[in-house]
Amino acid sequence: MMNRLIAATSTFEGPAIQWFKISPILALLAGALFLILVGSLTPQWKRGWYATASVVTAVAAAVLTGVLWNQMGDDAPSTLVGGALAFDHFALFATFTICVSVALASLVVNDYLTREGEDGPEVYGLILAAAIGGVVMVSANDLLVLFLGLETLSLSFYLLTASSRSRTQSGEAGLKYFILGGFASAFFLYGVALLFGASGTTNLQTMATVFAGEVTVPANNGLLLAGIALLLVGFAFKVSLVPFHVWTPDVYQGAPTPITALMGSVGKVAAFAALIRVFMIALPSRIDDWRPAVLVLALLTLVVGSVLAVVQTDVKRMLAYSSISHAGFILVGLEAASHIGHADSHLGISSAMGYLFIYSILVIGTFAVVSVVAGQGDNATMLDEFKGLGKKRPVLALGMTVLLLAQAGVPLTSGFVAKFGIIRAAVSVESYALAVAAMLAAVIAAFLYLRIMVSMWLSEPADDAPVSISKSAGLAITLAVAVTLLIGVLPAVLLTVLESI
Amino acid sequence: MFASVEKAGEATASFPILTMLVLMPLLGAVLVSLLNKKHGEWVKLAALVSSIATGAMSVWMLVKFPTGAAGFEFVSKHSWISEWGISWHLGVDGISLFMVVLTGVLFPLVIVGIDPHHDHKSYLAWMLLLEAGVMGSFLSLDLFLFFVFFEIVLVPMYFLIGGWGYEKRVYAATKFFLYTMAGSAFMLVGIVATAFLARRDTGALTFDLVEIAEKANFATGTGRWLFAAFMIAFAVKVPLFPLHTWLPDAHTQAPTGGSVILAGVLLKMGTYGMLRFGVYLFPQAAIWAKPMLLTLAVIGILYGAIAATMQKDLKRLVAYSSVAHLGFIVLGTFAMTTQAITGGVMQMVNHGVSTGALFLLVGMIYERRHTRQISELGGIQAVAPIFAGFFMIVMLSSIGLPGLNGFVGEFLVLIGSFETARWWVVVATIGVILAALYLLWAYQRVFHGEPSDDNKSFPEITLREGLLLSVFVAAIVFAGVYPKPMLDRIEPSVKALIEHVEASK
Repeated sequence: MMNRLIAATSTFEGPAIQWFKISPILALLAGALFLILVGSLTPQWKRGWYATASVVTAVAAAVLTGVLWNQMGDDAPSTLVGGALAFDHFALFATFTICVSVALASLVVNDYLTREGEDGPEVYGLILAAAIGGVVMVSANDLLVLFLGLETLSLSFYLLTASSRSRTQSGEAGLKYFILGGFASAFFLYGVALLFGASGTTNLQTMATVFAGEVTVPANNGLLLAGIALLLVGFAFKVSLVPFHVWTPDVYQGAPTPITALMGSVGKVAAFAALIRVFMIALPSRIDDWRPAVLVLALLTLVVGSVLAVVQTDVKRMLAYSSISHAGFILVGLEAASHIGHADSHLGISSAMGYLFIYSILVIGTFAVVSVVAGQGDNATMLDEFKGLGKKRPVLALGMTVLLLAQAGVPLTSGFVAKFGIIRAAVSVESYALAVAAMLAAVIAAFLYLRIMVSMWLSEPADDAPVSISKSAGLAITLAVAVTLLIGVLPAVLLTVLESI
Repeated sequence: MFASVEKAGEATASFPILTMLVLMPLLGAVLVSLLNKKHGEWVKLAALVSSIATGAMSVWMLVKFPTGAAGFEFVSKHSWISEWGISWHLGVDGISLFMVVLTGVLFPLVIVGIDPHHDHKSYLAWMLLLEAGVMGSFLSLDLFLFFVFFEIVLVPMYFLIGGWGYEKRVYAATKFFLYTMAGSAFMLVGIVATAFLARRDTGALTFDLVEIAEKANFATGTGRWLFAAFMIAFAVKVPLFPLHTWLPDAHTQAPTGGSVILAGVLLKMGTYGMLRFGVYLFPQAAIWAKPMLLTLAVIGILYGAIAATMQKDLKRLVAYSSVAHLGFIVLGTFAMTTQAITGGVMQMVNHGVSTGALFLLVGMIYERRHTRQISELGGIQAVAPIFAGFFMIVMLSSIGLPGLNGFVGEFLVLIGSFETARWWVVVATIGVILAALYLLWAYQRVFHGEPSDDNKSFPEITLREGLLLSVFVAAIVFAGVYPKPMLDRIEPSVKALIEHVEASK
């Protein structure tokens, strides 16, 4: 028995690997291993060095992604590692978004960790591990590879959520996230299994070819539909679509604030990109079956997210619900993309990706401000804590105002470009009602951003507690605001890139 | 940044005056916000210089504007977001000309004449940003660009009301923001849909207003839907009954400067939009929707007048009078005759001047007495006759007394609409009488009678206030006695618009 196994292994031929094309993953992996191995074997590094290593890693991965993007030019997309990973503009753009988010978020994490006196390599290592999971997810061309990425991302997030040693809510949120996330992963995996049963493959492209032919055996059809449904539930949980969103406010509130920023950016990008790829690549022949579900989820998410956001009193919970509402917007992009007969349906995917990029920057910037205001202990996140911020820290409050206005979709900020892109995609495939619903939900959500602005500018400070900003948090916020305004005024910088997706 | 694409229009000035009209206040706003708060005088000077320069440029443009020209002048067109077919396309014609001038002149007056009392720096920065937004809205000839300006205006106005307003300022500011934004939500979808549906006729995707209006041919049903999407946004802005409820709150709670600007130019963005983006883009749909819009306008006239009569708060009274006056403008707009629309455009300017001045006066009363309650005022004429005189002239202009500006516009609207909208005019005329009723009654209660102890010490008008008001009164009298120069410049563009509507039938 043993011999046969060894014999089998010896004749096993691994797939050809184009190492350079997976270099972003390798860079992140190298950074993560370096931080965890070297970091744990050496005495405590000087302040800021762990974060620097993390930022350098993420920037290096982003640069490699850019190089790959340029190299690819207009070449046809290809697959890597024996069809396990896709190599296309879509994956590279999502990878770039993840790397940029990690770099920005690391700056905020540095501020938080030094403030709490918990500086160390573990958190950064986990963040980079999450990024690896994310990058695998956005490029996975096989459902099982996707699942691997998903678990890498999720497990890192569970730990990161629970990483605060001083706040009990952090542990509670981590456990909650872990249990519910485990359920979602199970749903997802079950869906994969059923789809495998219906098609005999886990590869997305092969699956598409199988489903494009008539599924003649009714039993297979049932498997397929159930598989799609379970897969959608798994994804809906990960990107927090209503009614699978209930974990979001609790986890967002309980997690250390910079980690929340990371979940809102890296987590959303990875899961949404995977969702879009799976449904658009593997299941285009079943669009009529899944589009209604997407439509309903989008509407529910938009409305419930916006409405519940308004009644919160904790800023982190507010932003959690607002992130749900934003997810609804992105889903509108998928709905638009699903009208594949239509000449303009490609706009749906590129606008959704543009939205994800813009929102990632916004959400990190916003949570960076929240983290700064939350101060020592990471606890002061009630709306009242923002009272009089305009008087105490006018520049910080102004930055936050720009970020909030962008989230509300006010012109000349990146948020408007994002919303406009989605509306344009929806209208171009004649989904007018959905477009109007999305805009109205945005108006409801705007009330929430106004509430925060009212607290900052129009209320007297509740106390004299000073708000201190470290250099790294200040840098992250400045960069986020700068990108927000740059894309708002000159959207061309982003749009030219999006056009090739 | 803006690669030059082409120069359209006949009178393309070598100096990009329209672009400067938008950028100058913007630069002022940036400068003001960069200056240190400690140098209060410098902050004021920067605000003053940029707003006066903008005003001077707008007047220069008025002088250079060729009388009798119907098309867009001083056009500047540059590519902005070429991926989406969006360009920086500005132009001015007879319909927008006086709105631009009014904006240019009103802002420096407000900045010079009204003291916000605290936090001058932010106040002035928001004011200038507001001016840039309003200017852009009146000048944009690109649907996307228009939306950007139309929407950006909300932010400074929100902060002006919320930061420098009265007791319920946060409530009023939020209501204002959300109402307008909800309206704009429909318009944004409408704008994108218009551009996409027009692509068949325009060839490539473009948001250019002129190109779409001249080339596109929408199916009847489609045109109506699109028209409705735009109209909801404008109806909120105007505001048209029953979407007006934000206005009394916003007007009453806004600081005096905010109210003057709100009444003077902001509301006109709605009526202007109805002409430029409603009637011009969707003429057939506009004709179809005429009865409903006329009815809403007339309801607004009567409702505004009746509600104004009942008010106990002087500022709220003026706010409701705005609802009534704006109803007249909408009536003129959708009566769709040259006379009526010309009167409507004229009335946009007149209302800006008269109601702006009224809010200024009410603000002065509040400064002196710290109340806006009519019941607590009284007998002011005895102690401050010059103040009362100014109030009287402005009020009479608002009523529409012949010889003052309000009469010209209102009369043109009524006479021009009589043929095409007879019964609506008949009802609307009642509004004219009601206007006299509520304003005269208010005047009587505030200024006549014996002054109470509190009002005995009502200070007479100061020189600065007097000079400020004189500018308004001069405009009121000039436009009332000699409206010809205005009409000569408005009418050709209106005629062209009517021809455009006729041609679409």
